[in-house]
Amino acid sequence: MLILSALITGVATGSMYGLLALGFHVTWAVSRTVNFAQGSSMMLGAVLLYGLAVTHGWPGAVAVAVTLGLCGAYGLAIERCVVRPFVARRSDAWLMATVAVGIVLDNVALFTFGKEPRGMPSPLTRHTVQVLGAGVYPLHLLIPAVGLGIAAALALVTRYTVYGKALLAVVQSPQAARLIGVRVETATSAAYVLSTIFAGVAGVLIAPLVTVSAGMGWVFGIKAFAAAILGGLDSAWGVVVAGILFGLTEALVTTLLGSTYTNILSFGIVIPALALMPHGLLGRAGAQRV
Amino acid sequence: MPSALRSKTTTRSWPALTMLTMTLVALALGTGSIQAADPVKIGLVAALSGQSAASGEAITRGLTVAIDEINAKGGVLGGRMLELVRRDDESNPSKGVTAARELIFKEQVAALFGGIDSPVSLAIVPIANAEKKPFIGVWAAATGITRNGANPNYVFRVSAVDVIVDKGLLQYAAKTYGAKKPGLMLINNPWGESNNDGLTKAAAAQGLAIAGVEKFQTEDVDMVPQLSRLKEAGADSIILVANAAPAAQVVRSLDRMGWAAPVISHWGISGGRFVELGGPGASKVAFVQTYSFFGEQNPRGKHVLELLMKRYPQVKSPADVIAPVGTANAYDAMQILARAIQAAGATDGPKVREAMYKVGRYEGLIKTYDPAFTADNHDALNENDYVMVRYTDKGEIVPVKGK
Repeated sequence: MLILSALITGVATGSMYGLLALGFHVTWAVSRTVNFAQGSSMMLGAVLLYGLAVTHGWPGAVAVAVTLGLCGAYGLAIERCVVRPFVARRSDAWLMATVAVGIVLDNVALFTFGKEPRGMPSPLTRHTVQVLGAGVYPLHLLIPAVGLGIAAALALVTRYTVYGKALLAVVQSPQAARLIGVRVETATSAAYVLSTIFAGVAGVLIAPLVTVSAGMGWVFGIKAFAAAILGGLDSAWGVVVAGILFGLTEALVTTLLGSTYTNILSFGIVIPALALMPHGLLGRAGAQRV
Repeated sequence: MPSALRSKTTTRSWPALTMLTMTLVALALGTGSIQAADPVKIGLVAALSGQSAASGEAITRGLTVAIDEINAKGGVLGGRMLELVRRDDESNPSKGVTAARELIFKEQVAALFGGIDSPVSLAIVPIANAEKKPFIGVWAAATGITRNGANPNYVFRVSAVDVIVDKGLLQYAAKTYGAKKPGLMLINNPWGESNNDGLTKAAAAQGLAIAGVEKFQTEDVDMVPQLSRLKEAGADSIILVANAAPAAQVVRSLDRMGWAAPVISHWGISGGRFVELGGPGASKVAFVQTYSFFGEQNPRGKHVLELLMKRYPQVKSPADVIAPVGTANAYDAMQILARAIQAAGATDGPKVREAMYKVGRYEGLIKTYDPAFTADNHDALNENDYVMVRYTDKGEIVPVKGK
């Protein structure tokens, strides 16, 4: 029963890492840049949903839609104002710039949302279902479904639609892509909008299980990045699988050894894993025909 | 010497210089007399942000209404006003230590008050004793804060003491729920350790068997593993020691497991938004307090409620007094400290410390102190001053029958 409960929690948090890592993958695949502060984007989703649904009492569906829309707008702003200026000058400082923006966002949240963690009520955490002796919230089942669903949708879009192929073509060769009519700038912006929407979805989903606070995204973001590296930044399925594995590892270590060892062992496992598979679980070296 | 280099001071500028010097001397002498009306600064190092921010605000309010009351009657030491200087320790011992040093050396406070976090208070204790600065606890309950082995001991406390609380929690569990084999769920920090010690000894003394001792971290979200192990060991009740956020996750985990074991808790949960974070199970938890603003109040209690309602308009009734033990403990502690400063006739640390034993009878909020402190006992409250309470669904703290 202990192990089953750990698996349920692990798959849920792991799907969250996977969603955040998908955000890393999407922007990396298109532009070879990432918003390193994905954790802050996740926090933005949770905090906005709290503000709209709880503080202002908007109906749930409307609040979620508006939250995700605002997260997407935030992603657009990041790409336009923080990443593009540096990439245009062939500078790598976009990495630190995104970190800086993340810190600023965290502190703005501290001033506006407040300095206390708050609880997010949700119809999906009101009752538990007993499955083989372990208590499960409906939310625990929804989270992996959404995470894997988004990953599948992304894979389908990139492989089978023109837009998806255009996105991948951009990273192969921006000049060639331009020559055949793909707008590189639009593709990059679209990728950033998608990545912050994914993070927002993660924030909205995980909020009822944890507490909503200005600092909630920081550690999530780091772990998601570790999962993204582990899974191979070039592979959508790789990062999602790696995220879920990371979450499962954390949950099992907590259950069997105690939470003092969780971070040490989870991050510690990433190192030999990368030593054995330097391109990540499902990434591979070299070009990929689109 | 070339004329350009010759000093410009001629006989004609001497009067100007003399005037300037005399003005400066007059100012210097003048500031000597201004110093007599200098405020007496009182320091507070507490959690003003994070999961226990409510506790910091509650302590601030208790100190503030006491200070306002004392200042309205003319302050201390012949007209010196009391002034509260606060710093946020963010529940972090290193930040608490830095804050304490800043208050002692830069702000030159006459005395320091502490906040909810025992690890922070335990870290400040050596500094208070080394710098001979009275340090008064108004929430943190770890036994070792006041019983720290120092002589002279500059640390006092108007608050619960773990070793006494632990006896009370187990007695309540046995009497109200017929508990024979409690399981301990403790936060993994010095406060949890202090209670591990106290609970184990009290259980032995009361003839109860401890089913098991499980620990968890502040950031943990899922305590099902620990609770499952306690359940498998045959625990019939849970004794919980943690602050609001992790305690809320314990209650949520119990909810998820569908295990209806009675939960008897220490008071860390009352320092934050426990009901909001913990969900429906939160209002079933019985916990300890040193004071309740509900029910029949003594004259001082009615008076303090009035002061609170006047100073903080959002407080319209006892239900709006957040984290009430912080306010109650802090109010009484500040009144006792002011009387000690008055009796000492100075803000000098060693003199104030000595005067704490000489305060005499004070009919306070929580009880009548006569005296508050003696050389053997730096804790003003004991088991007769505790009440057992629980939260309603709206987050109000109400007494339970039983203790």
